[in-house]
Amino acid sequence: INAEYMGTPSECLFFFEMTLKALVSIKRVIDYTVKVRVRPDKLGVIKDNVKHSCNPFDEIAVEQAVRMKEKKLVGEIVAVSIGGPKSVEVLRGSALALGVDRAIHVKLPSDNDDVESLAVAKILHKIAEKEKPDVILTGKQAIDDDSCAVPQMLAGLLGWSQATFISELEVAGKTAKICRETDAGMQRLEVSLPSVISCDLRLNEPRYAKLPEIMKAKKKPLQEITADSLGVSTQPKIQILEVADPPTRAAGRKVKTVEELITKLKTEAKVI
Amino acid sequence: MKVARSLLGKALVVVEHNNAKVSPATLAAVTAASKLGEVTALVAGKGSKSVVDEISKIQGIAKVLAVDSAEYEHGLPENFAPLVKKVQDENKFTHIVAAHTTFGKGVLPRAAALLDTQSVSDVIGVKDENTFLRSTYAGNALASVKSSQALNILSVRPTSFDKAAQGGSASVAQVAATGESGLTKWLADEVDTSGKPDLTSARVVVSGGRGLKAPENFKLLYSLADKIGNCAVGATRAVVDAGFVSNDLQVGQTGKIVAPELYIAVGLSGAIQHLAGMKDSKVIACINTDPEAPIFSISDYGLEGDLFDAVPKLIAGL
Repeated sequence: INAEYMGTPSECLFFFEMTLKALVSIKRVIDYTVKVRVRPDKLGVIKDNVKHSCNPFDEIAVEQAVRMKEKKLVGEIVAVSIGGPKSVEVLRGSALALGVDRAIHVKLPSDNDDVESLAVAKILHKIAEKEKPDVILTGKQAIDDDSCAVPQMLAGLLGWSQATFISELEVAGKTAKICRETDAGMQRLEVSLPSVISCDLRLNEPRYAKLPEIMKAKKKPLQEITADSLGVSTQPKIQILEVADPPTRAAGRKVKTVEELITKLKTEAKVI
Repeated sequence: MKVARSLLGKALVVVEHNNAKVSPATLAAVTAASKLGEVTALVAGKGSKSVVDEISKIQGIAKVLAVDSAEYEHGLPENFAPLVKKVQDENKFTHIVAAHTTFGKGVLPRAAALLDTQSVSDVIGVKDENTFLRSTYAGNALASVKSSQALNILSVRPTSFDKAAQGGSASVAQVAATGESGLTKWLADEVDTSGKPDLTSARVVVSGGRGLKAPENFKLLYSLADKIGNCAVGATRAVVDAGFVSNDLQVGQTGKIVAPELYIAVGLSGAIQHLAGMKDSKVIACINTDPEAPIFSISDYGLEGDLFDAVPKLIAGL
């Protein structure tokens, strides 16, 4: 029950019936400012003692859900994160502290564990079956794996519409009008609800958590479950053979004038 | 290009098009698919006969499966994914391939879920039928992965594979439409129809960042691009966010990945996420007043100077 809404019992019930329920999926990833380095054993990247934070696109998804709640389009927001023990930090700090009502942590044994997109989608599918949200919001891609697949897979499993890479969202009853960013520019669609929505950069600018909300977040419900308890296997179908550094570019040289630049591009690089 | 006879795979390429022409990115996907086995192209569209004709003449395509129906007009994944599933169930391909573009990203993972398959995204290399190279962490960690799945679904990075050439002669068969899902309605496409060179396939790219200071200054870069010829203009996330240019110019980890012959970075510092989008360019040149800007460390030629002085000189001198 949203304790902030002070109304009569029948008004509360009406509120929940008329508003949407939002499920937001967020991921704890290596912070985007970190210069990622490959592990010496070449089976992954170095994560120990490296700054982590909420996936930036997922922060945009949380912000969107919170704004919809402020506009009374959404009644309840539930956040979910699949990850090791430290994932509770993003659930509390980047979700509960921003206005999300409760959180579900699908706990993996270690913070170094990865789960493939299809397994993530299946986990979210099971959670959605139980929570029955009207909209599922998440970022368009995780900046670590860059797969850009979970929202689309989840929509496929649910048989729902998908609104991906959105930069505008306008909910109106049983549908939503969206604008999405495409290779060629923008596309406008009308999607039926329920829908899986993946958020792009320019949808909104996330707020910072304020101290009173951060304090309140400590008392909000955070439930811990496992993928096993949902009947989903996290066994990978794809094996990582090796993770390598990208090819390094040889250091270049500085040119002193535009004339020198033109000469080099024409006679040395031969690209003009 | 000869296809090794030892390849036992059967690959399906999901063709991206605008009902008139095949997208250049799909031609790169055809090359990737050719490394896996015999290639069949799936063309679903509305009034897309010219696309069917074009793809049937591309080297490496053995067969074309075509369906022309209203629900496929705008590339909606809700309509395409069930079609891909049906075609897969009927033909049992070993691989389903598309370019890692807005279209490929929308359709392939949804189809993969319907086919209970873990797809592999942003593939930059094909080692064999089960082993692929893909980009992670904004291109800072390249993962070599091996799949044990009977079906593999791959979205490939267009700049990592040569575009398949003309010279083929494929047979064409019609397939049945799978119907309108009723989930999503297309309203409009707002695209640039100015006919400027496409960012992902132009021979040269000139990009601008915050150093441009104001939207009207992008005119300088357009003039430079015109002077160079077959040159597209790109931008950093910062200037797109600021509204200087539209989002389809954004080069970067979550924007466009480009790999032109020459990339000229003007007034941009070179954030990790931007580099991810252009560090595979053959030659990189930059113009920046800040000698410490990260862009210099990956530039073959770096000019420390004021772009408002240098760019007009460049236009005049070329």
